[in-house]
Amino acid sequence: MLKVHRDICGYCGCCVSVCPEGALELIDAYLSVESNCTSCGICAKVCPLGALEVINEK
Amino acid sequence: MKNKYDVLVIGGGPAGALAGKTAAEKGLSALIVEKRPAIGAPVRCAEGIGQEALLEFIEPDPRWISAEMHGAGIVAPDGFFMKLESEMAGSKVGYVLDRKFFDRELVWKAAEAGADIAVKSRAAAPIWENGVLKGAKIDFCGKVTDVKADVVIAADGVESKFSKWCGIDTTVPVREIMSSVQYVMADIDIDEHATIFYLGNDVAPEGYLWIFPKGHRTANVGIGISGKKSGEGHRAKDYLDKFVKKTFPNGKTIEYIPGGVSVCRPLACTVADNLLIAGDAARVVDPLTGGGIYNAMYTGKLAAEVAADCIKKGDTSKSALMVYDKTWRASKMGKAIERNYHIKEYLIKQPDAKLNEIIHSVSKMNLKEFSTISLIKEIIRVNPKLVLELGALAASLR
Repeated sequence: MLKVHRDICGYCGCCVSVCPEGALELIDAYLSVESNCTSCGICAKVCPLGALEVINEK
Repeated sequence: MKNKYDVLVIGGGPAGALAGKTAAEKGLSALIVEKRPAIGAPVRCAEGIGQEALLEFIEPDPRWISAEMHGAGIVAPDGFFMKLESEMAGSKVGYVLDRKFFDRELVWKAAEAGADIAVKSRAAAPIWENGVLKGAKIDFCGKVTDVKADVVIAADGVESKFSKWCGIDTTVPVREIMSSVQYVMADIDIDEHATIFYLGNDVAPEGYLWIFPKGHRTANVGIGISGKKSGEGHRAKDYLDKFVKKTFPNGKTIEYIPGGVSVCRPLACTVADNLLIAGDAARVVDPLTGGGIYNAMYTGKLAAEVAADCIKKGDTSKSALMVYDKTWRASKMGKAIERNYHIKEYLIKQPDAKLNEIIHSVSKMNLKEFSTISLIKEIIRVNPKLVLELGALAASLR
């Protein structure tokens, strides 16, 4: 699953623009992750601050 | 806020403000909704704009001009400095804006023209009637209101969602998002009237690092790198911190700004039934410079002009609205985007040695017209070998 490190996130929306599923939305100063997120990790790669992390579920 | 407008504009940045202002001036009822609680903040921009580009829309006002630019400089990967000046030495070539006040001014002008404005109001979903777009559900502090409109103008920025909800693919390819960070820095030694660009794979892979002066001893110091080159331990912030530590060890950061800038081609189509897409949401940022303020204002204004015509004629279908798409693609802006896309694609493939070679060809350039295109033309003139490498692209630049 995708974890948003909210202490790092600068709510800029860079991740939203690259999400192929449309699973992210920037609601003012809050990044929302919808259930259709596939944990592909594209957003985590491009985040300028490193606020997103894909965590493997066991 | 009413329940029905001729035009609903989503986003209160430069594209949305010009769309709302133009719609109101054309005698239409218009509402601009901005999801943030304040127009202009937070800034997501290096704030540079050319002199002529700005003048096309608004007279410069010291209240929102941070600094006047008289020239620019490009620093090659090996540190060689190329100075760019206007043929008219010392003349103004551009500005660094204060977007917090600039955006506010643009929205104020829209309000003055008669547009309604709603802040902290987010377009949460399109309204569909028999499969046709009829407006948007607007969420203000959890209270959702249906706002109907004949035409919706989506000017919702890089993080745009509205067009996607309407079935348009707006996804930016990973390699074509500039993952960016900018610090507003104080107490630093800079040339207060020149924008400086640093190139190189160690400095800013497939992007550039910039210093855009904001006044006395203060500047926007920022960087954009390709999303493809970004990853843990080598993100935009890591590159910027390395540069700042070396270049401005005693500078103070007074604002911390992350962001994303698309440098892909514009959307394949920027209209649908009852929908027009403008500004960053349409991906009309200049792919070479990453500049988007002018392009946003231009497309925002044009979108509203076309909306007004179509509403008057009673046909706001995709085919009627296509005039907008065709007009901006054929415009000076549209042609510049296409040309600069190819130049960008060429430049990002060049190794540092090649960039050094190109920049070393001249230490000082006096440009007749201070623009990217005259810079590129001048570079080709002093590097005749490039004509062969650029092929058809070089021919199109003559």
